[in-house]
Amino acid sequence: MAEDAHPIGLSIRQGTKVYPGTVALKAADFDLRMGAVNVLVGENGAGKSTMMKVIAGVETLTSGTITMAGEEVRLTTTEEAAARGIGIVFQELNLFPNLSVADNIFMAREKTRLRIDIDKAGQRAATRKLMQRLEHDIDPDALVGELKVGQQQIVEIAKSLAQDARILILDEPTSALSASEVEILFRVIDDLKRDGVGIVYISHRLEELIRVGDYITVLRDGVITGARSMQGVDVPWIVRNMIGDASKDFPKTLDQPFGEEVFRATDIRLPNTTGGFTVDGVSMSLRAGEILGVYGLMGAGRTEFVESVMGRYPHATGTVHVAGEPVKSRHVADRIAKGLALIPEDRKSDGLVQILSIRENMTLSSLGDLSNYGHLDRPREKRTVADYVKQLVIKIASPENPVSSLSGGNQQKVVIGKALMTKPKVLLMDEPSRGIDIGAKAEVFRVMRELAAQGLGIVFVTSDLEEVLGLSDRIVVMSNGRITGEFTKDTATDTALIAASAIGHAPVAHSVHENTAGPSPVTPHKEPAT
Amino acid sequence: MTDISASAPASSTNALLVLLKARTFIALILVVVFFSIFAPNFLSAANMVIMSKHVALNAFLAIGMTFVIISGGIDLSVGSIVGLCGMVAGYLLLNGIDLGLGWSIQFNTLEICLMVCVVGVFIGAINAFLITRLNVAPFIATLGTLYVARGAAMLSSDGRTFPNLNGNADYGSDTFRFIGSGDVLGIPVSIWMLIAVGLIAAYIATRTPLGRFIYAVGGNERAAGLSGVKVNQVKFFVYMFSGLCAALVGIIISSQLVAAHPATGNTFELNAIAAAVLGGTSMAGGRGRIGGTIVGAFVIGVLSDGLVMMGVSSFWQTVIKGLVIIAAVVIDQAQERVQARVALQQQAAIS
Repeated sequence: MAEDAHPIGLSIRQGTKVYPGTVALKAADFDLRMGAVNVLVGENGAGKSTMMKVIAGVETLTSGTITMAGEEVRLTTTEEAAARGIGIVFQELNLFPNLSVADNIFMAREKTRLRIDIDKAGQRAATRKLMQRLEHDIDPDALVGELKVGQQQIVEIAKSLAQDARILILDEPTSALSASEVEILFRVIDDLKRDGVGIVYISHRLEELIRVGDYITVLRDGVITGARSMQGVDVPWIVRNMIGDASKDFPKTLDQPFGEEVFRATDIRLPNTTGGFTVDGVSMSLRAGEILGVYGLMGAGRTEFVESVMGRYPHATGTVHVAGEPVKSRHVADRIAKGLALIPEDRKSDGLVQILSIRENMTLSSLGDLSNYGHLDRPREKRTVADYVKQLVIKIASPENPVSSLSGGNQQKVVIGKALMTKPKVLLMDEPSRGIDIGAKAEVFRVMRELAAQGLGIVFVTSDLEEVLGLSDRIVVMSNGRITGEFTKDTATDTALIAASAIGHAPVAHSVHENTAGPSPVTPHKEPAT
Repeated sequence: MTDISASAPASSTNALLVLLKARTFIALILVVVFFSIFAPNFLSAANMVIMSKHVALNAFLAIGMTFVIISGGIDLSVGSIVGLCGMVAGYLLLNGIDLGLGWSIQFNTLEICLMVCVVGVFIGAINAFLITRLNVAPFIATLGTLYVARGAAMLSSDGRTFPNLNGNADYGSDTFRFIGSGDVLGIPVSIWMLIAVGLIAAYIATRTPLGRFIYAVGGNERAAGLSGVKVNQVKFFVYMFSGLCAALVGIIISSQLVAAHPATGNTFELNAIAAAVLGGTSMAGGRGRIGGTIVGAFVIGVLSDGLVMMGVSSFWQTVIKGLVIIAAVVIDQAQERVQARVALQQQAAIS
């Protein structure tokens, strides 16, 4: 694979992107080669998506330059990027479910007669041609909402192709595809490569990356730690660059025996809309003082599992015991009262009420304890909040400020404070380190260790290898809604975890549909599957 | 953000914030001062009593509406509930309940008021049922009950007015007129009622878990649900409370007029929404205060009565009311920005 066969189509030099409170990308140098698949890999928060957004014109660099064909360019909007032939397919699909496939593909670029009348027939014909090229038999008039997630992904790719994209960014394109659909996608990618299109490919599935990629760039904490041609690259090399040799300091496990079993979930099942299960018979148990890591890729059903345990989905089945007692009520409030508490994955939409103050957010789950016969004891509320702010070392100017004024790490501590105020026995933490900077991560981990030492059982969901290995007393790996591996502190290795998390995903497997990572797993009111 | 915050010293920003927060109150003072200069007799005690009676009607509805809007919903049905509840009160006063046995049950004033309140609360419960259990959007659900309640009011009398609601001393219902026209310690009964309802509502909003839950549901329903807030119960409360407020207004109006007309309360819901918004309630939910809403109701009421006394044409009054509402919302947006900036500055100062 001679490097001159693949000319550089775009390069970033010294690219730095600073967000309030965190540096997402530090002096990154990146070359995008045309006619090849440029793989981007790194853990969540490593800066992949930031780099990709910079290329696609969604975000602009704080400092550094982007050059295309020897000329420095400024991409400040997606339109500008599109005009230069850059197309992007986001992992969360940006489609209009109530419009037809053709309408979606030509959204805001409609083929028109005299700029007024939409040329429906022309759009339909063009769509059909695109679909032929992508080897998919999707009717241009079908509503996008009625397509399968895999087909929707194809529509997104077609949308980029319709704009004559010379550079195509694919963000985890296979996370929602079945094995046969993945094969078709790979053929399409080969096709595009032959046409000289430069592809940026982001994925967590390492085997897949090695198969499809020509060049690889590894990111860690906003820094590029490895960039080379794919020849000779193997999984251990990628993992080493992703995680680094010197492991970060995780707080040490205190050598103390675990207590009684404090939590047991048996056969938790959550049906999805296509007749399968998002969570497929998951059982696990936890003892007091233990931290149980749940590792898996996005869409493995981990979040849905903890949410089912918490009572978010009325149609989930299975039994939950807390401290030996069965939890019968399906309502979140009653599960909190039984001693369960959840730190949700999406702080913004599930964890906090952004418009309310820090104090109001922290006490939201425990107002019953802070009031007598429906009268809220405000002085006591204030004292309690001050206690927890001190205990969790939350940096705030005033508890009366809106919670939205805090940085991600402090917001996360507010969510943790809210959960702890309910005096839980079991803490379910879903990606507790997502979107917060390194210092705040270390703080959160320290708090987790302390809590475990105080006798709390912690279930800790993450897709960060280093975290799960460094912090857990025991590790469970989930894939496709099932538990695919269980490890103790001694048997867990990074390669073993990765292998277990890929079960059911390898392209060789027969067509297994994974529909969990669809655009919205919300609509839970569909009929349960048979 | 940085370009503005750098130039303004923190103290002047804080002063600006205080001014913005008190804007509805400042507006009220301004209109009162304006009319006491330009409208003859504006400040007379008699006029004050008449005006406060007008304002009270809207304020009741606006208090109920404030809770609904804070919870992220809207209640368009309150005007119709006023009409229907007035008719129910009138019917009960005149006819009692006829069981078809050749005699009828008659009620005293208190019993009639309680039954009317039950009707209002029941319609609110229907609204909440449609919204929570059947997933109808609040706008549509309450638009539907708006028509149904109005139609029911018309049907109750074939569109006629129930006249002469003087009650009957034999049944203990002759005190019905007292609600609308009586006064205690020189202050009209309806104002005492407003004070009571206002205090209770403000207490619920600020000093009870229920009140906090209302704000949380409006701010982020998903997060509230995952925090253990019983979202559906909260919604039932706000719509039932709004229905109760509307029922009170129905009773007061029919007592004031000594008659019940089925078209009473038409478009009252819009005035209630206007008062709530003027008082700083955010239509997006999660933000608002009972005190602000009451002041907002007074601004609207004083404005329309004052303009009448100045002899301004009612057409211009409508235009002016609209402009005031728009101005209120524009200023509200400014306050949001300043407030966010102050909080960010404070946060930046400590880190």
